[in-house]
Amino acid sequence: MRVVHYLNQFFGGVGGEERAGMRLEEREGAAGPGRLLEQLLGGNAKIVKTLVCGDNYAVEHQDEVIASVLKKVQEAKAELFIAGPCFEAGRYGMISGALCSAVQSELAIPVVTAMAGENPGADLYREALYIIDSGPSSAKMRDVLVKMAELAKKLVAREEIGLPGEEGYLRRGLIRDEFVEQTAAKRLVDMIMAKVTGGPFESEMVPTSFEPIPMPPAVKDLSKARVMLITDGGLVPKGNPDRIEGSAATRWGAYSIEGLDDLKGDDYEISHGGYDPRFVQEDPDRLVPLDAMREMEREGKIGKLHNEFLSTSGLANPLSNTRRIGREMAEKVKKEGIDAVILTST
Amino acid sequence: MVQITSALPIAKMVGSNRVVLGHGIVHVAGDASLSFQEEKELRRNLVRDALKALQSAEKE
Repeated sequence: MRVVHYLNQFFGGVGGEERAGMRLEEREGAAGPGRLLEQLLGGNAKIVKTLVCGDNYAVEHQDEVIASVLKKVQEAKAELFIAGPCFEAGRYGMISGALCSAVQSELAIPVVTAMAGENPGADLYREALYIIDSGPSSAKMRDVLVKMAELAKKLVAREEIGLPGEEGYLRRGLIRDEFVEQTAAKRLVDMIMAKVTGGPFESEMVPTSFEPIPMPPAVKDLSKARVMLITDGGLVPKGNPDRIEGSAATRWGAYSIEGLDDLKGDDYEISHGGYDPRFVQEDPDRLVPLDAMREMEREGKIGKLHNEFLSTSGLANPLSNTRRIGREMAEKVKKEGIDAVILTST
Repeated sequence: MVQITSALPIAKMVGSNRVVLGHGIVHVAGDASLSFQEEKELRRNLVRDALKALQSAEKE
Protein backbone atom coordinates (compact mmCIF):
# COMPACT_ATOMS: atom_id res chain seq x y z
CA MET A 1 0.00 0.00 0.00
CA ARG A 2 1.44 3.34 -1.09
CA VAL A 3 1.13 6.13 1.46
CA VAL A 4 1.91 9.85 1.27
CA HIS A 5 2.46 11.66 4.57
CA TYR A 6 2.27 15.42 5.19
CA LEU A 7 4.24 17.08 8.01
CA ASN A 8 4.96 20.65 9.01
CA GLN A 9 8.49 22.02 9.24
CA PHE A 10 8.78 21.10 12.91
CA PHE A 11 7.75 17.44 12.75
CA GLY A 12 9.49 17.19 9.38
CA GLY A 13 12.72 17.92 11.26
CA VAL A 14 13.56 21.14 9.44
CA GLY A 15 13.23 23.61 12.25
CA GLY A 16 10.95 25.60 14.52
CA GLU A 17 9.11 28.85 14.07
CA GLU A 18 12.09 30.41 12.28
CA ARG A 19 11.52 27.99 9.40
CA ALA A 20 7.71 28.39 9.28
CA GLY A 21 8.08 30.24 5.99
CA MET A 22 9.57 27.30 4.08
CA ARG A 23 7.92 26.19 0.86
CA LEU A 24 6.56 22.73 0.20
CA GLU A 25 9.36 20.17 -0.16
CA GLU A 26 9.25 16.46 -0.75
CA ARG A 27 11.34 13.66 0.71
CA GLU A 28 11.58 10.09 -0.45
CA GLY A 29 10.28 7.64 2.15
CA ALA A 30 9.16 8.23 5.72
CA ALA A 31 10.38 11.03 7.98
CA GLY A 32 9.86 12.02 11.63
CA PRO A 33 6.72 10.39 13.08
CA GLY A 34 6.19 8.77 9.67
CA ARG A 35 8.76 6.08 10.49
CA LEU A 36 6.74 4.72 13.38
CA LEU A 37 3.52 5.24 11.46
CA GLU A 38 4.83 3.06 8.65
CA GLN A 39 5.64 0.26 11.09
CA LEU A 40 2.22 0.54 12.72
CA LEU A 41 0.45 0.39 9.39
CA GLY A 42 2.31 -2.88 8.95
CA GLY A 43 1.95 -5.35 6.11
CA ASN A 44 2.97 -3.95 2.79
CA ALA A 45 2.40 -0.31 3.76
CA LYS A 46 5.10 2.03 2.56
CA ILE A 47 5.34 5.78 2.98
CA VAL A 48 6.61 6.52 -0.50
CA LYS A 49 6.77 10.25 -0.04
CA THR A 50 6.80 12.73 2.82
CA LEU A 51 5.71 16.27 2.04
CA VAL A 52 6.99 18.97 4.37
CA CYS A 53 5.89 22.60 4.42
CA GLY A 54 6.28 25.55 6.76
CA ASP A 55 3.11 26.39 8.68
CA ASN A 56 3.11 30.05 7.70
CA TYR A 57 3.77 29.33 4.07
CA ALA A 58 1.03 26.68 3.97
CA VAL A 59 -1.64 28.89 5.49
CA GLU A 60 -0.66 32.01 3.54
CA HIS A 61 -0.54 30.13 0.22
CA GLN A 62 -3.19 27.55 0.93
CA ASP A 63 -4.56 27.22 -2.62
CA GLU A 64 -1.10 26.82 -4.12
CA VAL A 65 -0.05 24.27 -1.50
CA ILE A 66 -3.25 22.26 -1.94
CA ALA A 67 -2.75 22.20 -5.71
CA SER A 68 0.85 20.98 -5.49
CA VAL A 69 0.04 18.41 -2.81
CA LEU A 70 -2.80 17.04 -4.94
CA LYS A 71 -0.42 16.72 -7.87
CA LYS A 72 2.28 14.99 -5.83
CA VAL A 73 -0.15 12.59 -4.17
CA GLN A 74 -1.50 11.66 -7.57
CA GLU A 75 1.96 11.21 -9.09
CA ALA A 76 2.93 9.00 -6.16
CA LYS A 77 -0.07 6.77 -6.96
CA ALA A 78 -0.94 6.93 -3.27
CA GLU A 79 -3.71 4.76 -1.88
CA LEU A 80 -3.73 6.53 1.49
CA PHE A 81 -2.98 10.11 2.57
CA ILE A 82 -2.08 10.98 6.15
CA ALA A 83 -1.44 14.44 7.61
CA GLY A 84 -0.09 15.17 11.06
CA PRO A 85 -0.74 14.52 13.91
CA CYS A 86 -1.05 18.23 14.65
CA PHE A 87 -2.02 18.32 18.36
CA GLU A 88 -2.80 21.97 19.24
CA ALA A 89 -0.81 23.60 16.42
CA GLY A 90 -3.49 25.73 14.78
CA ARG A 91 -1.92 26.50 11.41
CA TYR A 92 -0.76 22.89 11.07
CA GLY A 93 -4.29 21.69 11.87
CA MET A 94 -5.88 24.09 9.38
CA ILE A 95 -3.67 23.04 6.48
CA SER A 96 -3.84 19.35 7.37
CA GLY A 97 -7.63 19.53 7.39
CA ALA A 98 -7.68 21.44 4.10
CA LEU A 99 -5.28 18.98 2.45
CA CYS A 100 -7.16 15.89 3.66
CA SER A 101 -10.43 17.39 2.56
CA ALA A 102 -9.02 18.19 -0.91
CA VAL A 103 -7.36 14.79 -1.36
CA GLN A 104 -10.52 13.02 -0.23
CA SER A 105 -12.79 14.89 -2.62
CA GLU A 106 -10.43 15.25 -5.60
CA LEU A 107 -8.59 11.92 -5.54
CA ALA A 108 -11.14 9.78 -3.68
CA ILE A 109 -8.59 7.92 -1.53
CA PRO A 110 -8.86 7.45 2.26
CA VAL A 111 -7.38 10.24 4.38
CA VAL A 112 -6.64 10.46 8.09
CA THR A 113 -5.38 13.29 10.24
CA ALA A 114 -5.18 13.91 13.97
CA MET A 115 -5.46 17.00 16.13
CA ALA A 116 -6.77 18.26 19.45
CA GLY A 117 -10.48 19.03 19.68
CA GLU A 118 -9.59 22.68 20.35
CA ASN A 119 -7.51 23.00 17.20
CA PRO A 120 -9.27 25.44 14.81
CA GLY A 121 -8.74 22.87 12.08
CA ALA A 122 -10.90 20.42 14.03
CA ASP A 123 -13.77 22.87 14.14
CA LEU A 124 -13.54 23.44 10.39
CA TYR A 125 -13.07 19.90 9.13
CA ARG A 126 -14.50 17.48 11.69
CA GLU A 127 -17.68 17.03 9.67
CA ALA A 128 -15.88 16.16 6.46
CA LEU A 129 -13.05 14.01 7.83
CA TYR A 130 -12.02 11.36 10.28
CA ILE A 131 -9.81 13.32 12.67
CA ILE A 132 -8.23 11.27 15.42
CA ASP A 133 -8.41 13.11 18.75
CA SER A 134 -4.72 13.62 19.51
CA GLY A 135 -5.21 15.63 22.68
CA PRO A 136 -2.90 18.59 23.21
CA SER A 137 0.36 16.85 24.02
CA SER A 138 2.85 15.46 21.52
CA ALA A 139 4.13 13.21 24.33
CA LYS A 140 1.20 10.98 23.30
CA MET A 141 2.62 10.64 19.80
CA ARG A 142 2.77 6.86 19.87
CA ASP A 143 -0.83 6.36 21.08
CA VAL A 144 -2.09 8.80 18.49
CA LEU A 145 -0.18 7.10 15.68
CA VAL A 146 -1.57 3.72 16.76
CA LYS A 147 -5.13 5.05 16.47
CA MET A 148 -4.39 6.75 13.14
CA ALA A 149 -2.92 3.55 11.73
CA GLU A 150 -5.82 1.39 12.93
CA LEU A 151 -8.40 3.73 11.46
CA ALA A 152 -6.45 4.11 8.22
CA LYS A 153 -6.23 0.34 7.77
CA LYS A 154 -9.99 0.03 8.24
CA LEU A 155 -10.67 2.80 5.77
CA VAL A 156 -8.41 1.27 3.15
CA ALA A 157 -10.00 -2.16 3.67
CA ARG A 158 -13.45 -0.48 3.50
CA GLU A 159 -14.38 -1.99 6.85
CA GLU A 160 -17.16 -0.53 8.92
CA ILE A 161 -15.96 2.37 11.07
CA GLY A 162 -17.09 2.32 14.70
CA LEU A 163 -18.40 5.20 16.78
CA PRO A 164 -16.14 8.18 17.61
CA GLY A 165 -15.45 6.89 21.12
CA GLU A 166 -14.55 3.42 19.87
CA GLU A 167 -12.16 4.51 17.14
CA GLY A 168 -10.85 7.64 18.87
CA TYR A 169 -11.89 10.21 16.25
CA LEU A 170 -13.59 13.53 16.89
CA ARG A 171 -17.38 13.55 16.61
CA ARG A 172 -18.40 14.37 13.05
CA GLY A 173 -21.99 15.30 13.87
CA LEU A 174 -23.32 12.56 11.61
CA ILE A 175 -26.44 10.63 12.48
CA ARG A 176 -26.63 6.99 11.57
CA ASP A 177 -29.15 4.23 11.98
CA GLU A 178 -28.48 1.56 14.53
CA PHE A 179 -30.40 -1.33 16.08
CA VAL A 180 -30.71 -0.99 19.85
CA GLU A 181 -32.28 -3.05 22.59
CA GLN A 182 -34.51 -0.42 24.14
CA THR A 183 -37.06 2.08 22.83
CA ALA A 184 -36.25 5.80 22.85
CA ALA A 185 -38.68 6.34 25.75
CA LYS A 186 -36.90 3.77 27.92
CA ARG A 187 -33.46 5.12 27.03
CA LEU A 188 -34.53 8.68 27.77
CA VAL A 189 -35.99 7.83 31.15
CA ASP A 190 -32.83 5.90 32.01
CA MET A 191 -30.75 8.93 31.08
CA ILE A 192 -32.89 11.27 33.17
CA MET A 193 -32.72 8.91 36.14
CA ALA A 194 -28.95 8.71 35.79
CA LYS A 195 -28.74 12.47 35.55
CA VAL A 196 -30.83 13.22 38.64
CA THR A 197 -29.08 10.57 40.70
CA GLY A 198 -25.66 11.76 39.57
CA GLY A 199 -24.89 8.58 37.63
CA PRO A 200 -23.07 8.38 34.31
CA PHE A 201 -25.00 8.77 31.05
CA GLU A 202 -24.19 9.63 27.49
CA SER A 203 -26.38 11.75 25.24
CA GLU A 204 -27.15 10.19 21.88
CA MET A 205 -27.42 13.56 20.21
CA VAL A 206 -24.74 16.07 21.05
CA PRO A 207 -25.55 19.49 19.59
CA THR A 208 -22.93 21.24 17.51
CA SER A 209 -21.22 23.88 19.56
CA PHE A 210 -20.27 27.25 18.19
CA GLU A 211 -17.37 29.29 19.44
CA PRO A 212 -18.60 32.70 20.62
CA ILE A 213 -17.74 35.44 18.12
CA PRO A 214 -16.67 38.74 19.67
CA MET A 215 -19.03 41.55 18.74
CA PRO A 216 -17.44 43.92 16.26
CA PRO A 217 -17.31 47.54 17.44
CA ALA A 218 -20.11 49.92 16.50
CA VAL A 219 -19.90 51.75 13.18
CA LYS A 220 -18.76 55.22 14.20
CA ASP A 221 -20.16 57.34 11.41
CA LEU A 222 -22.72 55.60 9.24
CA SER A 223 -23.10 58.69 7.08
CA LYS A 224 -19.63 57.98 5.73
CA ALA A 225 -19.90 54.19 5.76
CA ARG A 226 -19.97 51.87 2.76
CA VAL A 227 -22.71 49.35 3.37
CA MET A 228 -23.22 46.02 1.63
CA LEU A 229 -26.31 43.83 1.43
CA ILE A 230 -25.90 40.07 1.72
CA THR A 231 -28.60 37.41 1.76
CA ASP A 232 -28.76 33.68 2.35
CA GLY A 233 -32.27 33.58 0.89
CA GLY A 234 -31.07 32.41 -2.52
CA LEU A 235 -31.98 35.48 -4.62
CA VAL A 236 -30.17 35.21 -7.97
CA PRO A 237 -30.53 36.86 -11.39
CA LYS A 238 -32.87 35.04 -13.76
CA GLY A 239 -31.17 31.92 -15.10
CA ASN A 240 -29.06 31.52 -11.92
CA PRO A 241 -25.75 32.31 -13.67
CA ASP A 242 -23.55 30.88 -10.91
CA ARG A 243 -25.74 27.78 -10.58
CA ILE A 244 -26.11 28.27 -6.83
CA GLU A 245 -27.70 25.11 -5.48
CA GLY A 246 -31.06 25.45 -3.72
CA SER A 247 -29.89 23.10 -0.98
CA ALA A 248 -26.43 22.49 0.51
CA ALA A 249 -25.07 25.32 -1.65
CA THR A 250 -21.37 25.22 -2.42
CA ARG A 251 -21.35 28.56 -4.22
CA TRP A 252 -22.29 32.20 -3.78
CA GLY A 253 -22.53 35.12 -6.15
CA ALA A 254 -22.09 38.89 -6.30
CA TYR A 255 -24.77 40.65 -8.35
CA SER A 256 -24.74 44.22 -9.57
CA ILE A 257 -27.35 46.68 -8.37
CA GLU A 258 -25.60 49.62 -10.02
CA GLY A 259 -28.14 52.23 -11.03
CA LEU A 260 -31.10 50.25 -9.65
CA ASP A 261 -33.55 51.77 -7.17
CA ASP A 262 -35.41 48.59 -6.46
CA LEU A 263 -35.45 44.95 -7.52
CA LYS A 264 -37.99 43.64 -10.02
CA GLY A 265 -39.31 40.10 -9.76
CA ASP A 266 -38.98 39.63 -13.52
CA ASP A 267 -35.19 39.94 -13.32
CA TYR A 268 -34.62 37.48 -10.48
CA GLU A 269 -35.37 34.00 -9.27
CA ILE A 270 -34.95 32.21 -5.95
CA SER A 271 -32.68 29.21 -5.60
CA HIS A 272 -33.63 28.03 -2.14
CA GLY A 273 -35.60 24.87 -1.40
CA GLY A 274 -36.47 25.78 2.18
CA TYR A 275 -39.22 28.39 2.02
CA ASP A 276 -42.16 29.41 -0.15
CA PRO A 277 -40.51 31.82 -2.59
CA ARG A 278 -43.65 33.40 -4.08
CA PHE A 279 -43.61 36.59 -2.03
CA VAL A 280 -39.97 37.33 -2.73
CA GLN A 281 -40.45 36.43 -6.38
CA GLU A 282 -43.23 39.02 -6.51
CA ASP A 283 -40.98 41.70 -5.03
CA PRO A 284 -37.33 40.81 -4.28
CA ASP A 285 -37.00 43.93 -2.06
CA ARG A 286 -38.83 41.80 0.49
CA LEU A 287 -35.58 39.85 0.83
CA VAL A 288 -32.91 42.32 -0.30
CA PRO A 289 -34.25 45.69 0.83
CA LEU A 290 -32.68 47.74 -1.95
CA ASP A 291 -35.48 50.33 -2.21
CA ALA A 292 -35.26 51.29 1.47
CA MET A 293 -31.44 51.29 1.40
CA ARG A 294 -31.42 53.64 -1.60
CA GLU A 295 -33.59 56.03 0.38
CA MET A 296 -31.16 55.87 3.30
CA GLU A 297 -28.36 56.58 0.86
CA ARG A 298 -30.19 59.56 -0.66
CA GLU A 299 -31.02 60.93 2.79
CA GLY A 300 -27.35 60.67 3.75
CA LYS A 301 -28.01 58.18 6.55
CA ILE A 302 -25.39 55.92 5.05
CA GLY A 303 -22.37 56.95 2.99
CA LYS A 304 -22.75 54.59 0.07
CA LEU A 305 -24.50 51.35 -0.73
CA HIS A 306 -22.05 48.95 -2.37
CA ASN A 307 -22.99 48.38 -6.00
CA GLU A 308 -23.43 44.61 -5.64
CA PHE A 309 -25.28 42.34 -3.26
CA LEU A 310 -23.94 38.92 -2.31
CA SER A 311 -26.19 35.91 -2.28
CA THR A 312 -26.17 32.23 -1.43
CA SER A 313 -28.69 29.69 -0.32
CA GLY A 314 -28.73 28.79 3.37
CA LEU A 315 -30.34 25.38 3.58
CA ALA A 316 -29.29 21.95 4.85
CA ASN A 317 -25.67 22.85 4.46
CA PRO A 318 -22.74 21.19 6.25
CA LEU A 319 -20.86 23.66 8.43
CA SER A 320 -17.62 23.05 6.57
CA ASN A 321 -19.36 24.45 3.50
CA THR A 322 -21.04 27.41 5.09
CA ARG A 323 -17.90 28.39 6.95
CA ARG A 324 -15.93 28.42 3.72
CA ILE A 325 -18.63 30.51 2.03
CA GLY A 326 -18.62 32.87 5.01
CA ARG A 327 -14.85 33.25 4.85
CA GLU A 328 -14.92 33.90 1.12
CA MET A 329 -17.63 36.51 1.54
CA ALA A 330 -15.69 38.14 4.38
CA GLU A 331 -12.64 38.38 2.09
CA LYS A 332 -14.79 40.08 -0.54
CA VAL A 333 -16.21 42.47 2.07
CA LYS A 334 -12.68 43.38 3.13
CA LYS A 335 -11.41 43.74 -0.42
CA GLU A 336 -14.23 46.12 -1.32
CA GLY A 337 -13.53 48.29 1.74
CA ILE A 338 -17.00 47.75 3.22
CA ASP A 339 -17.66 49.21 6.69
CA ALA A 340 -20.93 47.47 7.50
CA VAL A 341 -23.03 44.58 6.24
CA ILE A 342 -26.75 43.94 6.48
CA LEU A 343 -27.40 40.22 6.16
CA THR A 344 -30.96 39.11 5.49
CA SER A 345 -31.66 35.49 6.41
CA THR A 346 -34.72 33.45 5.69
CA MET B 1 -22.71 43.17 10.60
CA VAL B 2 -26.36 43.09 11.49
CA GLN B 3 -28.58 40.15 10.64
CA ILE B 4 -32.24 40.61 9.78
CA THR B 5 -33.97 37.29 10.31
CA SER B 6 -37.18 35.68 11.43
CA ALA B 7 -35.37 32.56 12.56
CA LEU B 8 -34.21 34.02 15.85
CA PRO B 9 -33.25 30.69 17.50
CA ILE B 10 -30.84 29.95 14.64
CA ALA B 11 -29.28 33.40 14.85
CA LYS B 12 -28.84 32.92 18.60
CA MET B 13 -27.46 29.41 18.21
CA VAL B 14 -24.72 30.44 15.80
CA GLY B 15 -23.84 33.46 17.96
CA SER B 16 -24.96 36.28 15.68
CA ASN B 17 -24.50 39.33 17.86
CA ARG B 18 -26.56 42.04 16.14
CA VAL B 19 -29.98 40.75 15.20
CA VAL B 20 -33.12 42.56 14.04
CA LEU B 21 -36.29 40.48 13.92
CA GLY B 22 -37.71 40.21 10.40
CA HIS B 23 -41.32 39.93 9.27
CA GLY B 24 -41.55 36.21 8.56
CA ILE B 25 -39.41 33.67 6.82
CA VAL B 26 -41.22 34.09 3.50
CA HIS B 27 -40.68 37.87 3.41
CA VAL B 28 -38.13 38.83 5.99
CA ALA B 29 -38.07 42.47 4.85
CA GLY B 30 -41.69 42.84 3.80
CA ASP B 31 -45.27 41.89 4.54
CA ALA B 32 -47.50 40.77 1.70
CA SER B 33 -50.67 41.45 3.71
CA LEU B 34 -50.03 45.21 3.70
CA SER B 35 -50.64 47.77 0.95
CA PHE B 36 -47.64 48.67 -1.19
CA GLN B 37 -47.11 51.99 0.64
CA GLU B 38 -47.51 50.44 4.08
CA GLU B 39 -45.07 47.72 3.16
CA LYS B 40 -42.51 50.29 1.99
CA GLU B 41 -42.85 52.10 5.31
CA LEU B 42 -42.41 48.83 7.21
CA ARG B 43 -39.24 48.12 5.24
CA ARG B 44 -37.89 51.61 5.86
CA ASN B 45 -38.41 51.12 9.59
CA LEU B 46 -36.78 47.72 9.49
CA VAL B 47 -33.71 49.08 7.72
CA ARG B 48 -33.58 52.00 10.18
CA ASP B 49 -33.55 49.49 13.04
CA ALA B 50 -30.76 47.59 11.33
CA LEU B 51 -28.71 50.77 10.93
CA LYS B 52 -29.33 51.60 14.58
CA ALA B 53 -28.07 48.14 15.57
CA LEU B 54 -24.90 48.69 13.56
CA GLN B 55 -24.16 51.74 15.68
CA SER B 56 -24.80 50.01 18.99
CA ALA B 57 -21.99 48.81 21.19
CA GLU B 58 -21.75 45.88 23.54
CA LYS B 59 -23.16 46.42 27.01
CA GLU B 60 -21.94 44.73 30.13
